[in-house]
Amino acid sequence: MSSSSLTVQGLAKRYGEFVALAPTDLLVPEGEFLTLLGPSGSGKTTLLSLLAGLAQPDEGTVRIGAQDVTYSPPYERDIGLVFQNYALFPHMTIEENIAFPLKMRKVAAGEAQRRAREALEMVHLPHVAKRYPKELSGGQQQRVALARCMVYRPSIILMDEPLGALDKKLREHMQLEIKRLHRETGTTIIYVTHDQEEAMTMSDRICLMNAGRIEQLGTPADLYFRPRTLFVADFLGESNILPASVRGRTGDEIDVGLGAQGIPARALANGHGLPQGAPVHLMVRPQNLNVARASGGPGLRGRVTDVMVTGSLTKLYMAPLDEGMPQLIAAFPTRNGGEAFRIDEVLTLSWNGTDAVTIAGAGAA
Amino acid sequence: MSSPTATIHNSAPGTRASRRAATRPWRKQVLMGAPLVLFLLAFLVYPVGQLLGLSIYNGQGFTLEPYRHLFASTLYANVLWITMKISLMTTALAVIGAYPVAYVISTANPATKGRLIFWVLLAFWTSFLVRAFAWVVLLGRNGVVNQLLVSVGILDRPADLLYNYGAVILGMAHAMLPLAVMTMLAVMENIDRSLPRAASTLGARPGTAFWTVYFPLSMPGVAAAAIMVFVTAIGFFIVPALLGGRRETMITQLIIDQVQQTLNWSLAGSISVLLLAVVLAVFVLYDRVFGFATLTGESAGAARNRDTAMRRLGARVLALLGAASDELLRLVPRGRHAGGDRPAPAALRAFVWVLLILISVPAFLMIPLSFGSNGLNWPPTGFTLQWYEQMIQSPVWAQALSRSVIVAFGTGILSMLIGVPAAFLMVRSQMRGKGAMLAFILSPVVVPRMIIAVGLFYVFAQMGLVGTVLGMVIGHTVVSVPYVVMTMMAVLRNYDTRLDLAAQSLGARPMAALRHVTFPILGAGMLSSFLFAFATSFDELTIALFSSGGLNATLPKQFWDEVTLQVSPVIAAVSTCLLIFIAILIFTADALRRRSMAR
Repeated sequence: MSSSSLTVQGLAKRYGEFVALAPTDLLVPEGEFLTLLGPSGSGKTTLLSLLAGLAQPDEGTVRIGAQDVTYSPPYERDIGLVFQNYALFPHMTIEENIAFPLKMRKVAAGEAQRRAREALEMVHLPHVAKRYPKELSGGQQQRVALARCMVYRPSIILMDEPLGALDKKLREHMQLEIKRLHRETGTTIIYVTHDQEEAMTMSDRICLMNAGRIEQLGTPADLYFRPRTLFVADFLGESNILPASVRGRTGDEIDVGLGAQGIPARALANGHGLPQGAPVHLMVRPQNLNVARASGGPGLRGRVTDVMVTGSLTKLYMAPLDEGMPQLIAAFPTRNGGEAFRIDEVLTLSWNGTDAVTIAGAGAA
Repeated sequence: MSSPTATIHNSAPGTRASRRAATRPWRKQVLMGAPLVLFLLAFLVYPVGQLLGLSIYNGQGFTLEPYRHLFASTLYANVLWITMKISLMTTALAVIGAYPVAYVISTANPATKGRLIFWVLLAFWTSFLVRAFAWVVLLGRNGVVNQLLVSVGILDRPADLLYNYGAVILGMAHAMLPLAVMTMLAVMENIDRSLPRAASTLGARPGTAFWTVYFPLSMPGVAAAAIMVFVTAIGFFIVPALLGGRRETMITQLIIDQVQQTLNWSLAGSISVLLLAVVLAVFVLYDRVFGFATLTGESAGAARNRDTAMRRLGARVLALLGAASDELLRLVPRGRHAGGDRPAPAALRAFVWVLLILISVPAFLMIPLSFGSNGLNWPPTGFTLQWYEQMIQSPVWAQALSRSVIVAFGTGILSMLIGVPAAFLMVRSQMRGKGAMLAFILSPVVVPRMIIAVGLFYVFAQMGLVGTVLGMVIGHTVVSVPYVVMTMMAVLRNYDTRLDLAAQSLGARPMAALRHVTFPILGAGMLSSFLFAFATSFDELTIALFSSGGLNATLPKQFWDEVTLQVSPVIAAVSTCLLIFIAILIFTADALRRRSMAR
C-alpha cells in the first residue's frame, strides 16, 4: 500500500462572496490522528468535504501519498468517511453494509463476508450481522459505521463529528474505542469536532480553525499552553487574558507591565521577539494562579464575586481591582473541609513566569 | 377505538384539566372522531353498500341475475380487459415518466424545488376536463400537432390522431403524471441524502450508487405511485370518453350508460362490484408485496424483507444495472467537476424541464385560442373577446359558476368541521385502532369515484337530495375530507404540542390556549387545507354528473355537457378562466402552507 500521508496546498473554496475556506496548507503524516476543531462556520466541514471529494475546490491541490486527488471523485480516492448520522444503508443488513465497500472493490463474496465478520468482531458486535440498521441502538450503529469504514483499510479515514448524536457517557466510551482502533490499525485519521475536550483527549495534533482559515496547528499542549492568537487562547478552556506591554526580556521570559498601571509580571516569550513597549496580551490558566489572602504583595488584586465547586475543581470568580483588567478566574483542586473563600474577600494573584505566555498584538480577546 | 386504557398524548399529569380528561379519555376522542366516522358511514359505506346490494337483490329476493347477464355476453369481459390494459399501460407510462421528475425535484436546491413543485401542483390541480379538452383541440384535424407536422413536411395532410388507443393512453398518462410525481416525491424526500454520498465514499461509482442504494430505497414511492395511478385510472371516464373511440370504452362508461340511459340499477351495481373487486384484489396484492405502511410514506427501510432468494436476485439485477450504467457513464467525458455532491446531470435536468413543460402546455394553449377569432383552429388569428362575452352573458355559465362557488365553499366548511378534529385525534392520541381508522378516513380516495357517485345518486334520489346544494356539498365532502385530514395531519405533526402546555402552565384554560396559541399558529395551515377542499369540490365532475340534476349543473358538469354535445370556443374561454382561478388558488394555498411550515 502506498504511503497514506495527506498533503494539502493552497486549497480554497468560495460560495459566491462567502469564503468557506481561505487558501490553506496542511500536511498530515501517515498514522497521525489530526482533529479539525472550530466553531460552526469555521470551515472545518468544508475542508473535510474537499478532502472526501464531496465538494470541488476553487483552487489548490490535495495529495494522498504521491497521488494528486484534487478533482478525483470520492469513489476513486481510497478514503473512508464516517458520517455524523452514520449513513448506514437501511435496506441492507449490517453484514451487507460492511461488505458493501468490499463488493465495490470486487472482493469475492466469501472473502467479503469473512472480512465483514472480522470487522464486526473488531467493534465487539459479532452478533448483529443479520440485523438491519434500525434494529440497533445509536451507539451500535456508530460502531457499525466505524467497521464499514475500517474494513477496506482506506489510506485515510475522515470522521465528521461522529459522536455528536451520542450521550456523554457513551461518547466518552466511543472516544476510547476510536483511539484503540487507531492504535491497532495505524490508519491516518482526520476527525472533525466542535467539542474542545474531545479534541484535547483524542488528537496527536489539533488544527484549530476560525473564519475559513487555520488559526493554529499543533499538539493539544501547544494549543492549550502556548496559543499564538487570542482566538486560540479564548477558544480552548478557561483563561485569564490580560492586556500588557513589553518591558524587557530575560532568557525565554519576557517582563511585562500589566494594564495602565504597569503592574510587573513575567511570561514565556512563546517565540516572539518583541520590541520594548509593544502591546501584548498575557495569558495564564486559572489553575496556575497562586491565590493569597495577604494584600500588598506583588500581583493583581481581585474581589471575590462567586465561588463555585465544579466537582474536582473549585473556581473563584473575581472582579478586578486594578484598572483595565478583565474579570479574573482562579481554580484549584477541591478539598474536603478546606479553607473556604468568602464573597467580597480581596485576594492577591500571582504566577510563575513559566506558567504564563505572551500573545502578540493588541485587540480584544 | 374507545378503550379506557387509551391516553391522550399531550396531557401532562398533574394539571386539573388533564386529570379530568384522563378519567374519561374516550369521551373526548369520540367527540373528535365520531362526526367524520358517522358521516362516512352514512354517505360512503351506506350508499356503496346499497349499490352493491342492488346487484343481488331484485325487489323480491336474492338473485344473481345481473351477474348471469354480466358474464353471458363477452361485452363486459372485453370492456374489463380493455380497462385493465389501458390502466396498466397508463400506470407504467406515468410512473416511468414521473420517476426522473420526482428524482430531480427531490435533489434540487430549495429555490428550484419550490418552482418545480409549483408547476407539478398546477398541473395536478388543473381540471382533468380542461386538460382532456386541451388534447381534443391539440390532436384535432386542425389542431396544433397536425398543423405542425404538415408545415414541417412530415405529413402531407392532417392525420386522424384522435379517437384511438394512442390518444387515450397519451391523455391518461398525461393526466396521471402529476399524481405519480407527488406520490413518489413524498417518499424520495425522506431518503437520507447522505446515503448516496456514503456509497460514493465507500467506492461506488454513480451508476452503482444509484441502482444499489437510492433506487431500492425509492421503491416504496414507486409502488405507492403505481397503485394510486392504477386505482384512479381504472375508475376514469373523462379521457376515454373525450379522446377514445368505441374500442376504448372503459368500464366506468358502462356504469354511466346503465344509470343514465337504461336505468338498469342492478346491472350498474354488478359492474360496480366487478370494478371494486379488481381494485380490492390490487390492494391485497400490494399489501402482500409492499405493505400499506409505505402508502403514507412512513417506512423507508424495510426490515420485513428477510434474506430470500427473490431479494438476492433483485440485488444481483440492480448490481448489474449499476455496472452497466457506470460503463455508459464512462463514455461521457468527465470534466474537472465530476463526482461528489453535485445536482442531477444537466441532460437529466433538461429532460425533466421538457417533461414539466409538456405537462402544463396543453392547458396553456387554451389561453391564445380563447382570444382567437377563428374558433379552435391553430394558429389562432385576430384578437377577440367575443367568447368571454358569450360566456358572461350566458345565464347557464353564470349559474354554473355561482353554484360551483357555493358548493365548493360549503364543502370546504363541512370538510373542515368534521376533518380537523379527526386530524387532531389522528396525530395526538395514541388510541388503539388508529391505523384502521385512518385507513377508513382515507378510503374515499381509493374507492373508485364512479362507485361513490352512483351510490350517492341512488341514496340521494330516495332522500330528495338530487339537484340540491346540500346534496352536492355532502357528496363533495365525502371525497374532499381525506385531503383535509391528510394536510391537517402534516400541519399538526409540525406543531410543537409543548406550546399548548406552556400556555396552560401560564394560566390559559384549554379553550383559551386553543384560541390564543394553537389557532393563530395553525391558521395558515388550516386555511390551506380549506382551499384544498375547495379546489377538490370546484373541480369535481363524477359526483356532479349524477347528483347535480339536469338544471342545477356545477361548472365542471356544465363544461362536460358542452364538450360532449359540441366543441365551442367558449369552452376555451372557460378553460382559461378555470386555469387562472386554480393557479391563484394553488399559489395562495402553497404560500400559506409554507408560512405555516416555516414557523
